[in-house]
Amino acid sequence: MTEPGRDRERADVDSAVAEVPALAVDPLLDRAETRIVVCCGSGGVGKTTTAAALGLRAAERGRRVVVLTIDPARRLAQSMGLAELDNVPRRVPGIDGTAGGELFAMMLDMKRTFDETVEEHADPERARAILENPFYQSLSTGFAGTQEYMAMEKLGQLVARDEWDLIVVDTPPSRSALDFLDAPQRLGSFLDGRFIRVLMGPAKAGGRAGRKVMDLGLAGLSRFTGTIDRVVGAGLVRDVQNFVAALDTMFGGFRTRADATYRLLQAPGTAFLVVAAPERDALREAAYFVERLAADRMPLAGLVLNRVHTSGASGLSAERALAAAETLEAKNLAPPGMADDPTGQTETERTTAQESPSPADSGRDRPPGRRSPETHSSTGSSPTADEAAGHETAGERTVDAPADSAHADGADPMTADLLAAALLRVHAEHMRQLARENRTRARFTALHPEVPVVEVAALPGDVHDLDGLRTIGAALGDSAP
Amino acid sequence: MTPERRLHVVSGKGGTGKTTVAAALALALAEEGRRTLLVEVEGRQGIAQLFETEALPYEERRIAIGPGGGEVYALAIDTEKALLDYLQMFYKLGGAGRALRRIGAIDFATTIAPGLRDVLLTGKVCEATRRRGTDGAFVYDAVVMDAPPTGRVTRFLGVNDEVADLAKVGPIHHQAQAVMRVLKSAETAVHLVTLLEEMPVQETADGVAELRAAELPVGTVVVNMVRPPVAGPVDPAGVDRRELAAALRSAGLRAPTRLVGPLLDEGAAHAERRSLEAAQRAELAALGLPVRELPLLADGADLAGLYRLARRLREHGW
Repeated sequence: MTEPGRDRERADVDSAVAEVPALAVDPLLDRAETRIVVCCGSGGVGKTTTAAALGLRAAERGRRVVVLTIDPARRLAQSMGLAELDNVPRRVPGIDGTAGGELFAMMLDMKRTFDETVEEHADPERARAILENPFYQSLSTGFAGTQEYMAMEKLGQLVARDEWDLIVVDTPPSRSALDFLDAPQRLGSFLDGRFIRVLMGPAKAGGRAGRKVMDLGLAGLSRFTGTIDRVVGAGLVRDVQNFVAALDTMFGGFRTRADATYRLLQAPGTAFLVVAAPERDALREAAYFVERLAADRMPLAGLVLNRVHTSGASGLSAERALAAAETLEAKNLAPPGMADDPTGQTETERTTAQESPSPADSGRDRPPGRRSPETHSSTGSSPTADEAAGHETAGERTVDAPADSAHADGADPMTADLLAAALLRVHAEHMRQLARENRTRARFTALHPEVPVVEVAALPGDVHDLDGLRTIGAALGDSAP
Repeated sequence: MTPERRLHVVSGKGGTGKTTVAAALALALAEEGRRTLLVEVEGRQGIAQLFETEALPYEERRIAIGPGGGEVYALAIDTEKALLDYLQMFYKLGGAGRALRRIGAIDFATTIAPGLRDVLLTGKVCEATRRRGTDGAFVYDAVVMDAPPTGRVTRFLGVNDEVADLAKVGPIHHQAQAVMRVLKSAETAVHLVTLLEEMPVQETADGVAELRAAELPVGTVVVNMVRPPVAGPVDPAGVDRRELAAALRSAGLRAPTRLVGPLLDEGAAHAERRSLEAAQRAELAALGLPVRELPLLADGADLAGLYRLARRLREHGW
């Protein structure tokens, strides 16, 4: 079980991780120059929770903050008072405003954002034509990619309103990392593209683009759109043409704003935080984000590493803990013959029966009343849980309930030895997890040793209230020197 | 007995390991004499990384032999090439296809209207599922798709319904309808990968409801990365710290009194996690779907781990 060289390797890994610069989150949040914080990272790493916790912390440290979340988990939304999805920043109640700060939060509704943009930038008749166009309806209700454009659009709007000191943005769970950043460029290349001019017809396609179309050897535009018509079905092209024509007047503004937002993201007032968990895929994505941000000259503040496991007993290795657990368990094994005794008792009850004959335990019996009522309600420690049993495992709680009652009613079945052994096994698992995390982190650190890191310790459960967000915020703020 | 499931769509919240599960399933279904196809649609080359090979080209190539002796092929779909293929298939466009690319139509199709990307991806997967060889038998006994995450999968799979509405006539309309017929048939199953944590479980429940509302066939819930239970009671409440320290000392551990606090903390966190996990299991059981659990791989999802998961999956019926 013990691998030679493992300790040595761990020491190397630990020192690599230890040399990483710490990310000072509080100064970043406190600085008046910091106007936008963008949280990016792959899905499932706690990006939205991090954004919410940062917003809350900044607000309680005195800033006027708005958190722009995209598709948050329902409970997290509720914890921030965001029961309704209405695309408007709402004041979050229950925050400590003694430092003079305020927290607002909003959830991006991309269809509504799109609709509002159209309504704002087109005259009523044209707006109606766009909104009723079937192609528009498809595009706006969620062809992938729309979310990224609309997140950029909404961010631009929030900045323009100039009501907040700090905007914390949670990026969409894009299929490819940082589609968010690509939005303005894509929009730009789309608008500059010849295809759209071809679609718009000869009047628009004139000049160079028009000549090029002729150069393609196609016998004129009508023939060309005719081909497309055959491909996608009559009617669709007309819808697209009408849509593009109707959007034409607002496209310019659209693009100007997207470009402005992009430049704003590059400005010193913006800080990008890459969020990850110490898992291979998440950190691989994080490394990609770091490189991509550098390529786009976006200001990276550092890496937020969520769900990091730590131990107050890290000096005790997994191997030694397991060996000690085995020693303790062997000591408490029944004399031969007894294990086969078909008493029909459960595993735990049998252990109880064996308690008295064991010399090691004499005088250690505890009075039954020692267990607190909370103990009774704690169901997590079922020793007989079967990991392999598929959906049957879901019944585990019920199956274990009688055993738990037996604990409370009768004599305590746990000797200190067996409890110690179990705790040591838990610790061994924990240390293995730590080792895995450190190895994974070492890979990231080797690639990007200069990126400051802040760690947030793993919590047993999810966060669904302001207190939970505060705890995470404190971990983000305090772990920096 | 329902007809054999031949198209397995694997989705899941980000971070749940859906690519790993999809790959393990493709391996598991590769019984002796059978052939499976594993398809990647998100262009991340996750399959190549899992199988420790170089990036996959846009072609079906054999990448592994399953533990049952069958062959696993893999395909990473390149959207732009798929679009040209598709146009070629229906219209024999030839040079006009290149022209389309030159004036930016392909860019247009795959970026500003990414819905078209979904059309191509689902279309390609259905084509591979229905493809027959010269002997009339299916080329692939099963096709496994590493699909977009749970939050998007219903829309992804349903995109052809939208297309059929947009393009009301013509070959694209018919193609869209044909794809939807395959996806909604009993040949197809959408499996959702989750962890025993609140958010992924909630997202799974939402995903199941959405899939059912869209009349897409939901298959199995796969609980990934299940940590093994620690053998023995770990309930630290009401414990006598001195007795615990004495027990640790008797096992030969140094400074046992300083270990007691941290060990009890870890035990309490473990107990809390176990009870949260039990609650999540109950939520999943309430979905009324088959649930399968896969263990956490201690060394991450390497090739050996992948085969272990595949063997575990083989023990269950799919």
